[in-house]
Order: sequence, then C-alpha cells, then structure tokens
Amino acid sequence: MIEMMTANYAAAHGARLAKVDVVAVYPITPQTSISEKCAEMVEKGEMDAKFMMMESEHSAMSALIGASYVGARTFTATSSHGLALMHEMLMWAVGARRPIVMPVAARTIGGPWNIWGEHQDVITERDVGWMQIFCENNQEVLDTVLMAYRVAEDPEVMLPVMVIEDGFILSHTVDSVDVPDQEAVDRYLPPFRPEHPVSIERPMRHGGVVMPDWWTEFRHRIYLSQEVARTKLLEAEEAFQKEFGRSYGGMMEMYRCDDAEAVLVVAGSAAGTAKEVADKFREEGKKVGVAKLRVFRPFPAQEVYQLGKKVRTVGVFDRSYTFGDGGAMFNEVRSALHGQRNAMKNYVGGLGGRDVTVKNIEWIFEDLLKIAASSKVDRMVEWVALKDGTGRW
Amino acid sequence: MTMIDDPVNKHYKFTIPQEELMTPGHSACPGCGEPLALRYLLKALGPRTIINLPAGCAAIIPGVWPRYSLKVPLVDHAFECTAAVSSGIRAALDKKGVEDVTVVGWAGDGGTVDIGLQALSGAVDRNTDFLYVMYDNEAYMNTGIQCSGATPCGAWTTTTPGGKHIQQRKGKKPIMEMMIANGIVYGGTVSVAYPEDFIRTIRRAKSIPGPKFIHAYSPCPSGWRMDPRKAIEVSRLAVRTGVFPLYEFQEGRYRFTKEIKKRKPVEEYLRLQGRFKHLTPAGVAEVQALVDREYEELEAKVEAGGR
Amino acid sequence: MYRTLKDLPSEPVAEQNTEDIITGTWRSIRPVVNEDKCIRCYMCWKYCPDMSIIVRKEGDYPTVDLDHCKGCGICSNECPRNAIKMQREVL
Repeated sequence: MIEMMTANYAAAHGARLAKVDVVAVYPITPQTSISEKCAEMVEKGEMDAKFMMMESEHSAMSALIGASYVGARTFTATSSHGLALMHEMLMWAVGARRPIVMPVAARTIGGPWNIWGEHQDVITERDVGWMQIFCENNQEVLDTVLMAYRVAEDPEVMLPVMVIEDGFILSHTVDSVDVPDQEAVDRYLPPFRPEHPVSIERPMRHGGVVMPDWWTEFRHRIYLSQEVARTKLLEAEEAFQKEFGRSYGGMMEMYRCDDAEAVLVVAGSAAGTAKEVADKFREEGKKVGVAKLRVFRPFPAQEVYQLGKKVRTVGVFDRSYTFGDGGAMFNEVRSALHGQRNAMKNYVGGLGGRDVTVKNIEWIFEDLLKIAASSKVDRMVEWVALKDGTGRW
Repeated sequence: MTMIDDPVNKHYKFTIPQEELMTPGHSACPGCGEPLALRYLLKALGPRTIINLPAGCAAIIPGVWPRYSLKVPLVDHAFECTAAVSSGIRAALDKKGVEDVTVVGWAGDGGTVDIGLQALSGAVDRNTDFLYVMYDNEAYMNTGIQCSGATPCGAWTTTTPGGKHIQQRKGKKPIMEMMIANGIVYGGTVSVAYPEDFIRTIRRAKSIPGPKFIHAYSPCPSGWRMDPRKAIEVSRLAVRTGVFPLYEFQEGRYRFTKEIKKRKPVEEYLRLQGRFKHLTPAGVAEVQALVDREYEELEAKVEAGGR
Repeated sequence: MYRTLKDLPSEPVAEQNTEDIITGTWRSIRPVVNEDKCIRCYMCWKYCPDMSIIVRKEGDYPTVDLDHCKGCGICSNECPRNAIKMQREVL
C-alpha cells in the first residue's frame, strides 16, 4: 500500500514487517524518529517487540548482542556520535556473528557540532566488518531492511548490516513508499534460527578468549562469510524482485554506463540527482553514466573492475573526507581498478548537509567529459562548490 | 587453624548443595575468591541460569577456547556493558516467553563502579529482572592490580604505590547505597567465608522479580600480597571486624544477615595483607575510625527499619 | 579435535570442560589428610576454590584430587581439627 513517509518511518516499518523481537534505542539526530515510530507502533500493538530505551548507544548495541545470542531478531538505529560511541560493540557484533540490522541516518561527526547529512560516520566504520548498503530513496530504505535480515541471518553469513540513509535528506523528507503486506514479507523472510543459541540444555561459552593459535582462523571465517554475502545479496534481491516487483541493480547499479565516455561513481541520495542529470546530458548527446555504489561492504571490486574495462574516465564522489590520499570511496575504487589505465578524479562534496545540486553534478560531468577528451586530470581531488574565492565553482 | 563461628557439623552433612556446576582445571590463582564465589552462585541458582560477563579475572578463569569450565551458558562482551547485555538477554527471554531462567550479570569491582556504572544504572532504571553480582577484589586485578573506585583508602596498588598518601579519592565508592538510591528491589552483601549465607542471599534475591544487586567479597591473594592459605580467614575477618558487614536491603529496610556483637579490631584484618603493610599506627587508627563510623551508620539504618 | 579452519564452529563457542587441564602441576605444597583427626565436617570441601577436595557422599573422608589441587592451603588453614597438613610437593 502506498503511503507518504520519511525514510526514518520507512525503516521503522521495515522493522515492524520483519517482526523484530527486540529493539534497543537511544536518541540522536537525525535518526530519532525511527525509535519514536517503533515506540508508537509497540504501544499501539502494531509491532510485537520488546522495546528498550537505553542509556547510551554503546548500551543499545550491547543489549542487542545479548538478545541476539538468545535467538531474538534485533533492531536499532543511530547516527554520527552514536555510531562512533558504539564502535567497540560494532566490532564485537561482528566477532560474535550477530545478524543485527541497523539503519544509520548518516551524519557528520563533530567537533564542531553539525547535525546534517554526510557519510563521515559510516565511512569511518568501514573497517569493522559490518555490511554497508547505501540507499538512494525512502523506498529503498524499507526494502533494504527486509533484504538485510534475509542476508544477515543466512547461516553462511551471520554478519550484521548497516542500512544507510542520508541524514535529513532522506531521514526527514517525505516521499511515497509502497509498504508491503505482512503476508508477503512472511513469505520472503524466514524466522531467525541461529545455529548456536544460548541454551540451558547445551551450555556453552559464547565469545571467550581465543588464543593466537586459532584467532586467525576465526577471522578468516568472517572474511569467507563476507565473500559469500555477495552471492547472498544478489539472491536476496532476486527473490525480492519476484515477491515485491522491485530491485536495485545488485551491488552497483550501472545507469547508462555501457557506452559512456565518463562515469560518476556515487552513493546515497546524490546518486538519484546524478541519474537525473545524466538523463539530461544524454538528451544533449553527451555520453555520461552513473555507477551507483549501493553495497559498499563487501566492496564490489569485481563490478568496479568490469566498469573500468568499459569506461576509461571514472569520477568518484565522496560525501566525506577521511584524509588519505583522496577520499575513502575514491581510494577503494582506484584500488579495484588497479592495473587498468583509467583517468580518475575524486569529487568531495555534500558535506555537513550542503546539498549536492543539479548544477554541481552538471559541473562534475562537464569536468569528466573534458578529462575524457584530453586524457589529462588537472587535480586529483576536487572539493565541490568550495568557497575559495577563485570563482571556480 | 582458624577460629570459626559456624558450628562444626558433626553429623557428616553437606551444609551447601553438593552438585558442582564448575569443573576444576580453571585458571584462577591459587586461593582466589572468584571461583569460590562463582561456585556458590551456581550452587544457589542451579543450571537454569545464563551468566554474562565482561573483561576481568572472571573472563579468563573459565579457560580459553575451546575449553569452558562452567555448566551454564555464558556470554562474553566488552568491559562497560555488563548490565546492558543482561537487559538484552532478559528482553529476548521475555519475548520468547521463557520465565524460569535467571539472568546474572557477573562483573568485577572496576567493571561495575567505574566503567560499568552507566549501564548498571540504566538496567536498574528499566526494572530489568536480573541479578547483578559485583565480585569485589578491590582493584583492577586482571590487568595487574590497579586502583579502582572500589579500592579502599590506604591500599597499595600499582597506581597508588604510596597507599593513602598518593590517593586523591574519597575512598571506596558506596555502591550499595548508590544502587539502593537507583532503585534495586533487593541488595545483599555476601562473602566467600560464609557459604551458607552466600547461598541463602542469592536464593532470596532470585525469588524477587526486578533488578537485584549483590556485592560479593572476593579475596585476591595475588593482588593483596598475602598468603593464599589465609584467603578465607581474611574474608572472615573482614566480616568480623566490620570492614565488610553482611547485610541485606529490601523494601526500604536493612537487616544484618550476620550479627557481629563485638567487632574485632581492624588491625587483625589489615596485618594479614601486604597491601596495607606500609600503614603507620596513625594510618591504622584512621582506618579503624572509618570502619567504626560506617558500621555505626549501618547499625542506625538497621535500627530505623525496625520490625 | 580442531585441526583446521573447517573444524571450527561457525561462532566462537566453547563447550569442552577444563578437567584435562592438569593444574596440579602448579603447586609446590600439597595437602595431606589425617583421617584419625578428621571429623568429616567438610569445611575443606566447601572452601576449595578448585573443587579439588573430593567427598563422594556424606560420611566419606575427604580425598585430594592431585591432578587439580593448586596447593593454596585454604583447606589446611580452615580445618578445625588441624587434620590437614601441607607438605612440600615431591617433584
């Protein structure tokens, strides 16, 4: 049924439809309305979950790890500082193999304070082992929550998933969302049956000390599960398409990339803007494409590599800056294109809630087409719409 | 040979349950109080128990993967979130309709009064139905004897090597009072020197729904610089000198679970432990005054409760 | 039991008990029970942190599990009749 709602509410509905057992939350802008909606639905009896108001995000993630061990399907949401505070427990959740699904309304991390959207908080967590999926619109958020549970709880995966929505841009913007029926979701999502739940009949220790002689092997198992997750994500999406009639192009959606002269790799809501601009450029005969980076962890190295074979000029948009030699996504794409002679450029923009506008993307595409024509990259990193007084933007 | 006040049982009976829910071969130091405390806890609660514990001696003692010395399920987690994980376990058990399993958060003193305080306060505030047991060896022992919020004034630790002189703290954090103010439904102190009382208190706590806080005295021969064979003797003296009184709190009333008619001088307790050997007679007198004051306050609270 | 990656459980769970860890090698003194003096009060059994005083049933004299006894001496200290003496361990 089509309803008008924000991505936050869409995420909450996703949790309701997934029949989560335990929700543990702590407020932080801009994800707070996810927990508010869950509280409302639990109160009204629409959602049959144990709802816990915790004393910090660290405690929220800890409580879910405990609950998940007993066999509960678990849900929380956070942003920014909350995600940073949870960092230790994010790593624990991976090592403990807990299939927790968590929407993150991506936001800056201070100081100084800034409550608006960018990807810094989630990019900072790319090393912990959580799967990370960036969503372009509110519908995708709801759908991804459902797909996430299916993949996370697969016995060959058993890893947690972050469903990323741009702070304020998606979290607080109302859009039309087709909310699936409960029966359809019940067909799509089997109940959670962990292999080694906490059990009185078979008492075990879950997560005790592993010495140097076996630690590597346990980590390798996590690595193998991340690799298997690639296939599982595609299968989950295929099954989703069959049940609900929607899909999102797999790990990376290649939008008009086949015969493109230049492609922009971009994640999140900015991908939607980029697709609109790409359409406009195509009408004018300019051959551009958009590679929407949907699944960031596990990183779609194969898809990027194949893209690089087809298209020589690749721009990467980073909605964060992590102070390496270029931004995080730029570096990962560049690394996956290793060995091929692509002309690459990094565009850093949309930080701190600054909109990524149609004009910005038009500038970027023009820039990329210039690079495609001349095979020369003027500078490796471009800060989009930087107020540097040079009149460049 | 020690002086004991438990009547010597000449009828060849076990005064505590016989079944062991722990196997030997664990990694505790010789004479450690923690495995004894855990042993009594498990005897009191039985197999329908889930324990969760943070970093600390208790995380190392049950062995390393693939070995595990307890016969109940155990969940490991990071240092500061003991009570939060207990909350989560309880929520999941509630959701699954499992009612007869006790959830125990088992943390050390540092993991409770310092880094674990936020989570503990939250879990109590949420009226979580669980038993939180703080095994108190009065310092961060697992990392090598550093001062914690529960280290008494005057004790040597690696971060208070001068004892009283270096410490800037007010002394041992009054965690039981803090928890009572927070809203626990039952509070009890237990000591490994009094196993029958230990088990009775744990079972009483188990019977009351809601958040319960147990403060367990756990001697550490390694960290307290003492002869391991005196571990139980020193625990008994802690009670008999009034340093660690055995009492319980329920519904606004305090009650001694072990009445001490005439307290022994605190010097008998201090002299068994190397961590206090630098105390001058003036220092010992200060400790005695402190113990007197706190014990008398407790007596007043017990009186005020009345019956 | 565990030789390669493939033998590992899918989560880091442990369920093998610790009885085969012979902590008896830790001790340098060992308890010796004098049954003539022993009144079978079972204080030694109660206070052993390593469950190494064995009393199979009520009425039995306590025996020492030498595989696991760490030689802490608590049993000897707590015995009300001085029936347990700590002796130097024979290597």
